[in-house]
Amino acid sequence: MSVGKNEPRRDGPAKLTGRALYLDDINIPGCWHGVTVRSTVPHGKIKSIAYDPSFPWDECVVVTAKDIPGKNLVTLIEADQPLLADGIVRHREEAIVLIAHPDRATAYEAAKRVKIEYEALPPVFDMEKSDKVFKSYLIERGDLDAGFAAADVVVEGEYRTPSQEQAYIENNAIAAYEEDGVLIVTGSLQCPYYVLKAMKAIFNRGEDKIRVIQTVTGGGFGGKEEYPSMLAGHAALLALKAGRPVKIAYDRHEDMAATTKRHPALVRHRTGLAKDGRLLAQDIEVVMDGGAYATLSGVVLSRGTLHAAGAYECPNVRVRSKVVMTHTPPNGAFRGFGAPQTLFAVELHWERIADALKIDSLTLRQRNIFKLGSTTATGQILVESVGAEECLQKTVKHSKYVSKRKEYDRWNKNKRNKTWKGIGLAVCHHGAGFTGSGEVYLASRAGVALTKDGELIVLAASTEIGQGTNTMFAQVAADALGVPASWFTVETPDTHKVPDSGPTVASRTCMVVGGLVSRATHDLRRAFEAEFGRVPKTAADLKKAAAALCKGAPARRFEVQYEKPPEVTWDDATYRGDAYGVYSYAAIAVDLEIDKLTCEVRLVKVTTAQDIGKAINPLLAEGQIIGGSTQGLGWALLEEPLFKDGVMINNQLTNYVIPTSLDTPSFQVLLVEKPYTRGPFGAKGVGELPMDIPGPAVAAAVKHATGRMIPTLPQTPERISQALK
Amino acid sequence: MRGDAKSMTVLSPRSAAEAVKAYAKSPAALPFAGGTDVMVGWNMGQLNGRAVLDLSRVAEWKKITVVSDGVDLGSLVTHAQIQAHPVLKKRFPLLTAACATVGAAQIQNRGTIGGNIANASPAGDTFPALAVYEATVRAVGPKGRRGVPLVEIFAGVKKTTLKPGELIEAIFLPFPDKTPTRGAFRKVGTRAAQAISKTVFAGLLWNGKGGVLEEARLAFGSMAPTVRRLHAVERFLRGRRLNDVSITAAAELLTNDVSPIDDIRSTREYRLRVSRNILMAFLKGELK
Repeated sequence: MSVGKNEPRRDGPAKLTGRALYLDDINIPGCWHGVTVRSTVPHGKIKSIAYDPSFPWDECVVVTAKDIPGKNLVTLIEADQPLLADGIVRHREEAIVLIAHPDRATAYEAAKRVKIEYEALPPVFDMEKSDKVFKSYLIERGDLDAGFAAADVVVEGEYRTPSQEQAYIENNAIAAYEEDGVLIVTGSLQCPYYVLKAMKAIFNRGEDKIRVIQTVTGGGFGGKEEYPSMLAGHAALLALKAGRPVKIAYDRHEDMAATTKRHPALVRHRTGLAKDGRLLAQDIEVVMDGGAYATLSGVVLSRGTLHAAGAYECPNVRVRSKVVMTHTPPNGAFRGFGAPQTLFAVELHWERIADALKIDSLTLRQRNIFKLGSTTATGQILVESVGAEECLQKTVKHSKYVSKRKEYDRWNKNKRNKTWKGIGLAVCHHGAGFTGSGEVYLASRAGVALTKDGELIVLAASTEIGQGTNTMFAQVAADALGVPASWFTVETPDTHKVPDSGPTVASRTCMVVGGLVSRATHDLRRAFEAEFGRVPKTAADLKKAAAALCKGAPARRFEVQYEKPPEVTWDDATYRGDAYGVYSYAAIAVDLEIDKLTCEVRLVKVTTAQDIGKAINPLLAEGQIIGGSTQGLGWALLEEPLFKDGVMINNQLTNYVIPTSLDTPSFQVLLVEKPYTRGPFGAKGVGELPMDIPGPAVAAAVKHATGRMIPTLPQTPERISQALK
Repeated sequence: MRGDAKSMTVLSPRSAAEAVKAYAKSPAALPFAGGTDVMVGWNMGQLNGRAVLDLSRVAEWKKITVVSDGVDLGSLVTHAQIQAHPVLKKRFPLLTAACATVGAAQIQNRGTIGGNIANASPAGDTFPALAVYEATVRAVGPKGRRGVPLVEIFAGVKKTTLKPGELIEAIFLPFPDKTPTRGAFRKVGTRAAQAISKTVFAGLLWNGKGGVLEEARLAFGSMAPTVRRLHAVERFLRGRRLNDVSITAAAELLTNDVSPIDDIRSTREYRLRVSRNILMAFLKGELK
């Protein structure tokens, strides 16, 4: 058995030793460098585009919206985002003109020689003042008025979370060229088939004339979910016009200023409770800032909405949510996908409720937390794999939460101590896979191939972006077949080689696509048994078996398609039913200390228990949990994109502060494995879950330490100092 | 990466004398010591078309020399070298502490004390320590050598009073006449490493006879366009007993010498409040 073992990460050695080639490391012969001329106003009409006559433009290729053969559109959900601004710009850093030159520095110089004049139009930056709604949702359960009427207390709170930059180690980078009539697009990306779909509309080409290939990718975190579709369009326009390969590799400043970030959010809670702490009514309002174009905002909001009531059963719930337009670069996918914003609110709100009811937030959570058989706000009955209570119990025990609360209360009373200490708690659920009927629409496919020489290859469009996908796929396939994991390789995501397994997002790669790989491998196993009499046991045996199964063909493929579990029902129109096939669960305790002189926060220890169904590779799962939690701690304490006139002004890693290894506390990770019968070997999602709740746990710990509730992130020394004034 | 190597000229002097000569001929060249700040500008394409004066072969300026009345730090001495030097650790501990907070190990290995000064960031981590040790910057140019007190080398944000053709040769740290009764360094950055300071403090004080303060030297960085000695506070405290009343009154004078701003790293209010807390803690003997 390989599943459950810490197989070494397949991409590890090459990345560790610097042998892995990222797009900008690859020498593409004859390749030119593409650069982008961007808008310098947040909203305006383009009056003119002028090219400095003293510059040798004949050395360059220049592209504007006029050069687009098909639709001027980045195809995603709504048809609203142009590939290149034409006539009007709706945010700063919007792409208007593209330039390619053999020399990168000269290309950048050329970009400076383009003068664009605008007629300014009034911008809207404040999401609360925006009247353009991209999408709204309403979830209702029970009778809200009756719930509030029965309540002994009603507690209100307002919570805000900022944007966040994905800060992947490799910036966005794509190259394009044409080879034998096929447009090849290659680079750093999460979702090859999203790029393919966008290219079809831009270039009016069929799938056989477009090929998307992922290169080694330095992280994504959602930041390479939709943006590569735009960048690929840009590179391909230049390449086709130049008649040669063109590469566009952003530098950090450009990437941070121009590409997508987490949606800022405002969440209001009004909660009715019985005096013993039972939830009776939750009225929740969510507003998110989508930026200038809809991109993924509707689905980000959907996930935020579906997680807004938290991992608690409440008989009467209303969630009203909307995502609005502002004249800022579009916000998009980021690990957690709307859930961290609404979970911050619902989790921190327990601290307010605790004050109102004089019952500690741990007891309140225990009284209301999801159990097997609980019903969610959408009316979903949780029929299996519900580890919320166990996560909470383990986290509380191993963090010594209860005794530390008391110990720190005593410590904080002593005026001579140089610090305040606090420990804070949070719990969450996270739906794995696409929301509602999303997986049905995706109809993902994945498979395995057996070549005549006996190679076993996993075929999936899911990308390795540092999370361990390739290692996990090999382990799942190996155990489904009953052979060592080393027998399997994983095909490079290439749309001419692998089927469309859907995007690498939504904590779905292991649970959904891993499940498809497992099913396809079972088909292969049955073929071995039927046509070779057994599953091969040795390498020599495998060669013989391969010859028997391939029957002279170069390879045999076994592909399967996603099938909706029959028990799952969902109604998009009413937002009722099984919002997700299953949920993962997590609890976290953050133990911290605050310097009284400076209000600097030092993280002492993080304890977290996470129910992910089954850890296919426990070490990789732990890595995901520590990495995701650290990203959450960055959002909680350090990270804040600052905007001025619609553009990010701290668009560099000097002043956009992410945690370093020295800022990362000691972690105790406890894996909880409540198997999900529909997941491969019981596995659920793990990718996003750890990002969800470090924020509210930090804020609760800060409140414990200082006595002040700061209902916003990040909890910087400046904000703590201000709250203590 | 927007730097364009082929648009640039590199001058490579092999000695101090050659460096001074080359710089006199090309005063627009950018002196390159450790390069930790230069490379940021290079990456942004800000150096395209410029000449760079590469000082890496100027061996004379890479030495730490202990003399009878102090220590002479060659301008190309790295932050790592300073931290490791036994005499500096013993006699100038605030400077070694400051060097340990610059960037992270990689930056400390490359970044030089002379480069740090010439770069003239308002947030230079070593400057408050150099200011309270009353270091002198020794500049050398076509017209010879001159010594400039550390606080006077800075003319503003990223500006120095170095004249065209002048390079920093060394920084001289005089041994204090008497061992300070107390000294402390404190940097408040944005995170645990690779952090730019929001406020950075160094303080020395000497107690005199009868329990009164003989002398205090106090300095803050990141609280004004250049590093500032707290002259008003220092004057006020001289000859007084340090107690809650005098310390509170002294802290009131902080703003006579500093004027922090709101920027993308912090706020004026936070910087003032925290600097005041640090100053008072130092005077009370509570700053570690």
